This record gives sequence, C-alpha cells and structure tokens, in this order.
Amino acid sequence: MMNLLRLIGGRTASAPVARERLQILLAHERGLRGQPDLLGLLRTEILAAVSRHIVLDPEKVIVRMDRGKHVSTLEVDIEVPNGVETSLAVVAS
Amino acid sequence: MAKVLVVTSGKGGVGKTTSTAALGAALAQMGERVVVVDFDVGLRNLDLVLGAERRVVFDLINVVQGVAKLSQALIRDKRLENLWLLPASQTRDKDALTEAGVGSIIAELRTRFDWILCDSPAGIERGAMLAMRYADEAIIVTNPEVSSVRDSDRIIGMLDSRTVKAERGERVEKHILITRYDSGRASRGEMLTIDDILEILATPLLGIIPESQDVLRASNVGSPVTLNNAASAPARAYVDAVRRLMGEAVTMTVPVERRGLMNRLLRRRAA
Repeated sequence: MMNLLRLIGGRTASAPVARERLQILLAHERGLRGQPDLLGLLRTEILAAVSRHIVLDPEKVIVRMDRGKHVSTLEVDIEVPNGVETSLAVVAS
Repeated sequence: MAKVLVVTSGKGGVGKTTSTAALGAALAQMGERVVVVDFDVGLRNLDLVLGAERRVVFDLINVVQGVAKLSQALIRDKRLENLWLLPASQTRDKDALTEAGVGSIIAELRTRFDWILCDSPAGIERGAMLAMRYADEAIIVTNPEVSSVRDSDRIIGMLDSRTVKAERGERVEKHILITRYDSGRASRGEMLTIDDILEILATPLLGIIPESQDVLRASNVGSPVTLNNAASAPARAYVDAVRRLMGEAVTMTVPVERRGLMNRLLRRRAA
C-alpha cells in the first residue's frame, strides 16, 4: 500500500523514518536517565567480544532496542568487512 | 476534591497555552470551578489568549511576595463566571518564584476551585519545574513531529521523578494531548501517526486536536476556541478531552471540519 502511494505520489513516506529515529534515540536517552546506559554497555561488550576474532569498524556495530508493551527486542547489527578470512588469519597467526 | 493539572511539553510552540485556555473554558462551561495559572514568568500569554490582557493588575509573583492577596490577583472571565485567571508577571525576575511560595498558592487555590490548570513555560528549567511540582495529573501536549515527541519523553521522565507526588512514591497521572494533527498527512505516511506517538511515549491518550484555522482565529480575538466556535473541529476535540478528564468514556476520534459546499468546491484546505 505504502509502495503504491509512493509510486503515485513520487515521494517517500518520511513518517516511518521519523518513528525509527525516535525509537533509537529515546531508547538511548532513557538509558542515560537514572539507570546505567544499558545499550551503550551492551554495545561496548559486544564490540569487544567480536573484535577479539574479527577486525571491525566500531562505527559499523549498531545495537538497538525496540520497546513494546509486552515484548522488547534487542537488535544487533554488525557489518563485517570483506576479507574476513585474512583478518581472521591475522588474528590467528 | 480539587485537582491540580499541569499542561506541559518541554518544546515551545506546540499549543500549551492554547490548550490550557480551551480546556479551562470547556471545564468551566460544564459548570466546574476552574482557575488557569500562567507560570511563564516574563513571557506571559495566557492573559492574551483569554482576552484578559488589559485587566491584569497583580500577578503570581505579587502574591508570592505578599504584595497582593490572591483574591486581588485573580481575574474572572467576562464570559464564563466559573473561569478565573491567575496571570504571570511580565516584568519581574523569574527567580522571584519560589517553591514554597508556589506551594502555598496552590494550597489556597485548592480550597477555592475544582480544577487548577497550570500552564507551564517551555523548557525544562525552573519555571517548568515549578509548574509541575504540585501536579496531581499532567497533560503533555505533543505535536506529531520528532522534536516535540523527544521533548515530551524528557518531560515524562521529569514528571516521574521531580514532582512532589513522585518524591512521595506516588504517580502523577499522565495524559498525551496531540495537537496540530493532520490525519490526511498521517495516512499518507508524511506525519507520525497517533499509534506511533503513543507507542513511543507509552502514555495514554487524552485527545487529538486537529490542525485547524479556528485555533488561530480564536487566539486572534482573545477567546478560547471552545467558546469562540464551539462547533469547530478543535473545539469538539477539546470538549471530548475534558469529558475524558472527568472520567467519561468517550470514543477517540479525530473531529473533522464541517466544510460547506462552496469550500469543498473551491477545495479550500483546512490547515
């Protein structure tokens, strides 16, 4: 439906982008209020664990939390550069 | 028992003052005794929106400092005998407002009115803090726009931690009031939807005020929109919100403009 509207209108629906940006930002900001920064902590520890085995760009590690009424999801998105074998080999040697 | 309600938002320009005036008038129209209190010291505007700007003699700070009695500072609305205004000071230093001073005024207002509506200044500084400090309930005015939603989230955090009720371990009951909503744009994916906002803020909805020319028209003439054009879409939305505040179960809808045939033919936009 949205795609159809997009075709007709020739414009991209921007509200979903707004929604996603807000969810990420607020999950982060709520972490800063009172409680320890859970997402920041998770991100650091995941980055440390994966970096022991694969050479990573820290900027490409995205940890986000989606808070729902009943269930929240934790999404970890790590971009692994091509040539992982060589970096693995470097780590192994 | 009297209820103290803060109308707040964090972000400026989202419709706190307009909403305070409209909700206050709607409550008074239902026979409730209402006082609207302007906490925006130095930038008062509630007097102007209510059309009482030329009747201000004493203000909130005069009362805090003991220069005037509360009864001298209260201004009775000319149209609604149950509606009163306690104006903010336009000139004095905003630091003149003290927590104890505000506390004693709120306590006195509680003995005289059914509803005390505190119109908060924008921001999260002292003025906004004092406006919410003694609140029993809060209305968080939010526009369907990212910066407004973010600031609302921040204010919700403050309501849960910095109010007298929160410090006592009780909860300030919170309601979201969405203003300037355009259902057409939301359905086209151009604007955050009601569900988006409620899911992000995880706070119940009090009402949806549609974007409308009637809001500006009402403030132009210094009359709350619920009085100025009771049949208009925003006025009906504010009345619905007030009925929900009073505990009535009112189905949530977005009132639409009733447009005349000529308008429709000329395709005049409401927004």
